[in-house]
Amino acid sequence: MDVVLFLVFAAIAVGCALNLVLQTHPISSALSLIGVMGSLAVLYLLLGGEFLAAVQLIVYAGAIMVLFVFVIMLLNAGSEKRPSKKVLRTAVALPLLFTLAGVAAYIMATQVPRTEAVRFGGFTAGPYEVGRALFTTWLLPFEVTSILILIAILGAVVLARKEI
Amino acid sequence: MPVSFIPTPQELLRFSPEILLSVVATALMLAEAVMKPGSRTKLAATAFAALAAAIALSAAAAADSGPAFSNLLVVDGFSTFFRILVCAAGMLVVLISSNYLKREGHESGEYYALVLFSIAGQCLMASANELIMLFIGLECSSIATYVLAGYLRDDRRNNEAALKYFLLGSFAAAFFLYGISWLWGAAGTTYLTEIRRLLLDPSAGINATVVSAAAALLLVGLAFKVSAAPFQMWAPDVYQGAPAPVAAFLSVGPKAAAFAMFLRILMTVFAPVGAKWEPVLWTVALATMIIGNFAALWQTNVKRLLAYSSIAHAGYVTVALTAMSDAGAAAAMFYLAAYALMNIGAFAVVTHVAGQGERHVELADLAGLSRRSPAMAAILSVFLLSLTGVPLTAGFFGKFYIFKAALDADLVWLAVLGLLNSAVAAYYYLRIIVVMYMHEPSQGLPELPAAAPGIRWALAASAAGTFVLGVAPSLVLDYAVASAPLLR
Repeated sequence: MDVVLFLVFAAIAVGCALNLVLQTHPISSALSLIGVMGSLAVLYLLLGGEFLAAVQLIVYAGAIMVLFVFVIMLLNAGSEKRPSKKVLRTAVALPLLFTLAGVAAYIMATQVPRTEAVRFGGFTAGPYEVGRALFTTWLLPFEVTSILILIAILGAVVLARKEI
Repeated sequence: MPVSFIPTPQELLRFSPEILLSVVATALMLAEAVMKPGSRTKLAATAFAALAAAIALSAAAAADSGPAFSNLLVVDGFSTFFRILVCAAGMLVVLISSNYLKREGHESGEYYALVLFSIAGQCLMASANELIMLFIGLECSSIATYVLAGYLRDDRRNNEAALKYFLLGSFAAAFFLYGISWLWGAAGTTYLTEIRRLLLDPSAGINATVVSAAAALLLVGLAFKVSAAPFQMWAPDVYQGAPAPVAAFLSVGPKAAAFAMFLRILMTVFAPVGAKWEPVLWTVALATMIIGNFAALWQTNVKRLLAYSSIAHAGYVTVALTAMSDAGAAAAMFYLAAYALMNIGAFAVVTHVAGQGERHVELADLAGLSRRSPAMAAILSVFLLSLTGVPLTAGFFGKFYIFKAALDADLVWLAVLGLLNSAVAAYYYLRIIVVMYMHEPSQGLPELPAAAPGIRWALAASAAGTFVLGVAPSLVLDYAVASAPLLR
């Protein structure tokens, strides 16, 4: 059952991710992204991270996606115009991409023992554990991430405001 | 592991430079709103003072060195060296920027806030001892520099630089993050020292193949940040398009911090699998030197030329990394300090000569500079000679120690090819000097105004530093040699 669910949602995640890149209209891409986020949430749930799954849905699929869609609507962004097909670029990039994916898959398949690679429900990551880790051991990254977000906001202000 | 979430005063002291820089950056950002337009010079002065104070705090923290925040940070000689280096480079950049921004009519608190945030990120990169922390530091530094590269928003060159830097930089950061997740998968921890311990322990059963694959992914991210081949493509476009003081900053601060990360990851985590790294680093070092030096031969834009030269210098530092020894690490540290001084100096002259709107950044615009402004021509020659590696300048000892470390590590061919590369580099550096001293100034160039005090101070400081390190390299080298073994 676990394996079937994993295969189904992993396939959905990969399919949506591909669709996200291939679509020309921003709204279609945004909707594919919801698919990716949603299926990732299911994968977290399968591993036993029910808190992470819920957060993934609420924060990413909920808040961030709504923001994306709002921005796309406010900008009234139309379909993206494809630049003229660069055959050479595609001929170099695609084989390289498949090589990277192939090598990564090969290493995973041959080197990592299968019984240990995926342990369904293998760890507990409830709100208590996450909160405790976040505010004790990982306090510093947590705080510095807020600085990081502040920098991003400042950057947006600098690049977007009318007069400098 | 401490269970309390209240940091001890000792931990706060060890993290104090970053705290100070972030606090002042936030204050600058807010002060902008309540300031009269005439008093904006105070912003630069505040940023300058904050960086000086951060250097003092780094020194104070070094007196009480050790780990902090459950080993996520470590204050040792190595991190102190790079903290002081990036803060000092930041001070020089603030000196150059103040007048530049006034000239372009864009002086504002956000610029200095971004510079300070970026330097705080770089201090974190130098002192982090854990991969997630390193990544967050790297992103703090990068995101601020993406915005700085496009700071003069109405200039199309700036837009191009910022967009290219942002897209490629995010892509490279994703590789780095993916590498971290592989390492976590293989070792079950992201602490550098812990991964090293597990790798050295045969009973831990860490899969070396997975670790090597993770190393390859990490290398992509790191090589991009230090602009090493084959991930150097962004550097010329970004340095050419970004405002000149920002280009000076990009070529020194983020690069030094990225090399600090590179050294720490290489010397701690991957030292046990060093034999696998060596051929890769060897190739990267050689390719970086060759691409940087040969592409620079054809450049006519001074900023672009300095960008290629900066790629070549990243190649020399990678030679020191390939040695994978304490001597190599110390040589890299010394070189980065020397390079910071001479490169900021060269960019300071370019900033001044470029004039309003950076209209005069072609090599031809430097023709006859010796007559238009003898002092500028003389001081630019000093920096160019130092970049070439002429004795009595910092660049000479920088190259000397790097090639010596390479020879000690039996990398004879790499050292020989590196030396040949420096000879190629001499051609384009000397060409600029020839143009300045032997060519007639082209018609219609405006009179050069006297240099602003900020530029003059920055030039004086970097020229003095270049000479001092060229005559008495032991001032910095002894410290670097003493702190390199502490990496483990």
